[in-house]
Order: sequence, then structure tokens, then C-alpha cells
Amino acid sequence: MCHQTVSLVARYLEEHGIPTVVVGSARDIVEHCGVPRFLFSDIPLGNPCGRPWQRDEQLEVVAEALDMLAEAPAPGLTWLSAAVWPHDPAWRTRYGRVGPDNAAALAATGDERRLNRAALRQQDASGNASAEAGA
Amino acid sequence: MTDANWHDEPVPYMARTRQYYRAMGYTRDYTWAEHDTIPFNRSPGTLRGMRITLISTAGPPDWTGARKPEDRHVCTTELANLPQEFATNVAWDRESTHVRDPESYVPVRALTRLASDGLFGTLTPRLISVPTVYSSRRTLEEDAPKVLAACVEDGTEAAVLTAL
Repeated sequence: MCHQTVSLVARYLEEHGIPTVVVGSARDIVEHCGVPRFLFSDIPLGNPCGRPWQRDEQLEVVAEALDMLAEAPAPGLTWLSAAVWPHDPAWRTRYGRVGPDNAAALAATGDERRLNRAALRQQDASGNASAEAGA
Repeated sequence: MTDANWHDEPVPYMARTRQYYRAMGYTRDYTWAEHDTIPFNRSPGTLRGMRITLISTAGPPDWTGARKPEDRHVCTTELANLPQEFATNVAWDRESTHVRDPESYVPVRALTRLASDGLFGTLTPRLISVPTVYSSRRTLEEDAPKVLAACVEDGTEAAVLTAL
């Protein structure tokens, strides 16, 4: 959801006169939201500006982002960055994978999350009630 | 593999997220933000002399201890005092990569170098961190105005936004 967050902020800044460029790796989310300029790094989520420790690649990606900021001729364009993820084509299959081997674990995680959220809501409600009583 | 051309097509994150949350037992799919129009300021042609601000969903270390994502708020960090480790407990691909190199998502070194090369004027002195929260309304109505206020304060003329 980070990609939606920066997309919404980019749109807001642009509406207020500040040109923006979004650098990210989730193309569908950014394009669905619609941003002024998007530099797409087609590598795993987490390293939008290039692979870890690859300083030359990172410099190139950031320079491309600045080029796009300076020169993109129209809104809604996506440029592909120089970032690459060699030697591991299977990375595209991993994120968010659901299969027979992890279905039970995911269901249990969901149950745990709902319990935790409910407990937090209850804590918040108790806190609000105490604050109102004390006001 | 149900995703078409899995070896070179962009990963369909919205579909993956939908199936993942359904597998966790959530019955209502997330509604992703969608717009018919896109705001746009004419690209300046050159960035020479311009003040550029870096904005990211990576946050200060104390975000890590937040009880829930909604307890995190927009904040700024002086570039001269950036932490060695950022709060990165959001959704990224933990099976394929890591986030131990902040430069791969908060590219201060690269931006500083490109400014010194004359590609643009100055990197404004603060990183602006914007939290990832479930509610797009919260992002738009509370967080985005705070980001804009920080930009105005710093004299921002253009912004680079990075998503973890």
C-alpha cells in the first residue's frame, strides 16, 4: 500500500503546484491511482531505487527520475528504470503467493490479526471513555 | 501459475493482495484508489537551480514500535541526522530481497551527488516520511496536507517520492 500512499501524495502536491515523480515497483497500483510521472523499477518490492549496495545502478535510477521530472511531456506516463534483477526470474512468483502449503498458516495469521485489531479497538475505546469521564 | 507471462510481465500486486487477504479470511476486498484525471504541472525542462525534496514511506525508527499503522504520522528528519536503519515494517518482498541498504529506497547519496554534478540546485534539508495506512481518506485529508506544509516550509520546487 506504500505505492498508493505516495501516489496520493504526489497527486496532492501536483494539485498544489509542485511537480512530482514517483519511483516504485508496483506498476499496477500506481497506474490504477494515476500519477503525474512514474519511474517503474521492475524488481522486487523494497528497493525502488535499485538493488541494495549497487551504487552505480542506484545513481542511474535516480538520474532517470530527475530526467522524467524535468522532461515528461504529459501526465500519466510510466518510464522503465535501469534497475534489473538478474539470475532470479522466479522472484515474480513469490510475493503474496497463496497455495496448499501456506493456506492454513495464512488463515491462522488472519485470525490472529483480527483478534489483535479488536483488542486495540477496545483499548482505544476504553481510553476515550476515560478521557471523556475525566474531562 | 495463473499470472500471464510470469517471467517478464510486471507482478499483478493488486490481484495478489486480493487473494492473499482472502486466504487470511477477510471477506471484503480492499478498494484501491482510482481517478479519471491526473493533475499535472508542465515539466520544467531543466532542474538547474531547483530545490528538490525527497519523500518516502520509510520512516524514523520509532515508527517500528507503533501499536498500529494509524499511530504513525507524517514527520521530517534532517538529512544530516538520518538513522542508520529506518522503520520498514510495511509490505515488501521479504522472500526475494532485503532493505538493509537505505540508499535503495531513500537515495540521499545519489541525490546529493547529482546535485553536486549540477543536475539540480539543492536537496532540501529534510526527508519527509509519510506513513502507509489502510485509509486513503486519511492519507489525502490528514497526511498529504502535512507533507505539503513541510514542502512549503522547505521551499520545495519539485519532489521525488519513493515507495518501499
